[in-house]
Amino acid sequence: MESVLKVQNLGMNFGGLRALDSVDLAVGRNEIVALIGPNGAGKTTFFNCVTGIYPPTEGDILIAVRGKGDLKRINGLKPNRVTEKGLARTFQNIRLFPHMTVLENVMIGRHCRMAAGILGAVLRGGSTVREEQSAVQESYAILEKMGLAPFVNDFAKNLPYGAQRRLEIARAMATEPFLLLLDEPAAGMNPYETKELDDLIQRVRHEEGIAILLIEHDMKLVMSLSDRICVVDYGRKIAQGTPDEIRNNPAVIKAYLGEEMDA
Amino acid sequence: MFAFDRIKKALLVSAWFMFLTFPILVIRINPVERIVEWRWINMLLIGVGSFFLSFVWHYFIRRKEMGARRAETGEESEAAPLAQRILKNKKIYRPALVVAGIFALCFPFIFSLYQTNIMISALIYVMLGLGLNIVVGLAGLLDLGYVAFYAVGAYAYALLNYHFGLTFWMVLPIGAGLGALFGILLGFPVLRLRGDYLAIVTLGFGEIIRIILENWNEFSFGPSGISNIPRPSLFGIDLSVHDATIYIYYVMIGLCLLTIFVVNRLQDSRIGRAWIALREDEIACQAMGIDKARTKLTAFALGATWAGMSGVVFAAKTTFVNPASFTIWESIIILCIVVLGGMGSIIGVIAGALVLILMPEYLRAFSEYRMLAFGVVLVVMMVFRPGGLIPNVRRIYTFKGATESGKGG
Repeated sequence: MESVLKVQNLGMNFGGLRALDSVDLAVGRNEIVALIGPNGAGKTTFFNCVTGIYPPTEGDILIAVRGKGDLKRINGLKPNRVTEKGLARTFQNIRLFPHMTVLENVMIGRHCRMAAGILGAVLRGGSTVREEQSAVQESYAILEKMGLAPFVNDFAKNLPYGAQRRLEIARAMATEPFLLLLDEPAAGMNPYETKELDDLIQRVRHEEGIAILLIEHDMKLVMSLSDRICVVDYGRKIAQGTPDEIRNNPAVIKAYLGEEMDA
Repeated sequence: MFAFDRIKKALLVSAWFMFLTFPILVIRINPVERIVEWRWINMLLIGVGSFFLSFVWHYFIRRKEMGARRAETGEESEAAPLAQRILKNKKIYRPALVVAGIFALCFPFIFSLYQTNIMISALIYVMLGLGLNIVVGLAGLLDLGYVAFYAVGAYAYALLNYHFGLTFWMVLPIGAGLGALFGILLGFPVLRLRGDYLAIVTLGFGEIIRIILENWNEFSFGPSGISNIPRPSLFGIDLSVHDATIYIYYVMIGLCLLTIFVVNRLQDSRIGRAWIALREDEIACQAMGIDKARTKLTAFALGATWAGMSGVVFAAKTTFVNPASFTIWESIIILCIVVLGGMGSIIGVIAGALVLILMPEYLRAFSEYRMLAFGVVLVVMMVFRPGGLIPNVRRIYTFKGATESGKGG
């Protein structure tokens, strides 16, 4: 399958700690891949390396070039450049802009697809005004899709928890990504909200054609959503496969539940 | 029952104050007649005064807490700040603006030259406040050395005029450009810093500029400064002191309007939003595709531009510059203007500048208590209105077919 993200031999050291050890992972076009593993396994570090927050110690991160088939290396690019290239993410602990309105939060996502500079902003010429208006419209359309339209003018900090999670996804979608990285999107949600999130992610994949890589601890969600699952433990990839394969994989069961003791 | 509780609390406070002040305010030993005077009346005054003050203080604290609780439960708080209600209501807002405009235009003809001079310095601080508002209020970068850019502007005019005879109008854009350049110069080394560390470095930067000006005699004429700087001329005609002052007043009004116009447009633009996002969450801001370095540098540069310009006007107004005008104290006052007025709020900053600069001028009779009042005002403000006099309001968008903004959920 044609990949949009290909990570090869990724390694990350923090001083003497080896957080990631030669991890390989590929995400295909329009695919949902889940990254799971016990706490401290290196899942979020993996995300941070891919999105440019940490420069990886070794290995290569390749992403698809928009509109072309070939892959390009993005190691060492700044986070904002990575986002410009078409990778967007959400955070494990919600990182919205609390004192901006919901609409403005999404419009920040449009930032890298807009061009107005200082002069444009001050003179407010035709092109700037049009760009601004279309950004407002597009942002609002995304909010409607995410079921956040009633909150448009509310401060992000005043949203209920589930809506804040959705707003993070909406904001990431506004950057027009081809790959969305979700870091524990269902954390702290009740079963009903998790079900809604499940539908939402499916919709994003089918309607927008966005590939998704997600970290999640809610196994029910992971099993129902993912096409493929990748399991990491102590910074190493220990298994990869379809949900059914993973469910019965002895290495995975060992990582999660510990070894069975002989009586 | 509640009222009784409150009275009891206030009584306790007043008893405590009477006890504390007893030795200094009640007992007086008269060494000449060798007697002890008991001034019970002072104790009574202290008691009544502190009872009253504590009662008022607690009343306001309670009101504030009730307001906060109401806002949390999502009820429309009827006690929305008066200023914001006025701003929302166009029927009051528009005529008020017209009246303020007419007043501002007629000011020099109604009041004396002395008053006009005071107003000019207030307007200079309005401009400085609006500039610092970009850096501190919008981009959230605590800059304690803002006065350095003000000094750059003032010295730019003084020196360029002294050496090359450049006029006010020629130097005004140069001063703005130099301000921006120094803003970027300061911005580069502090790109990685934030919060307290940033404040310390900017504080140092402000002091470095002042100390250079004080000590580099060949360049800046040291502590004695530069005098005989010409006032601006009107199309080459030199004006008398009286006319020139009025002229500077109108120049300042124009520059303030320009600042308001530009800052207002900037804060509602792509760049302004990026600044606010940077203030709110630096990591998320970068992850959303905003170039952190560039956004910070534009904030520093655009903030410093206005300080550079107002520096030029300051030099032209006083016809004399020396380093003593650009101490850390000035930076603090400008910062107080922004914080007191309301971070990120244009109209708040204007109100803050007018209050903080005009009050001390008109209350000269109480000038001994100036600093005391300053401190009390700041403390009271931070307790009761942490958002400032007129807090910033975000723009509200309306959409066709959209339901009313939902509350709660």
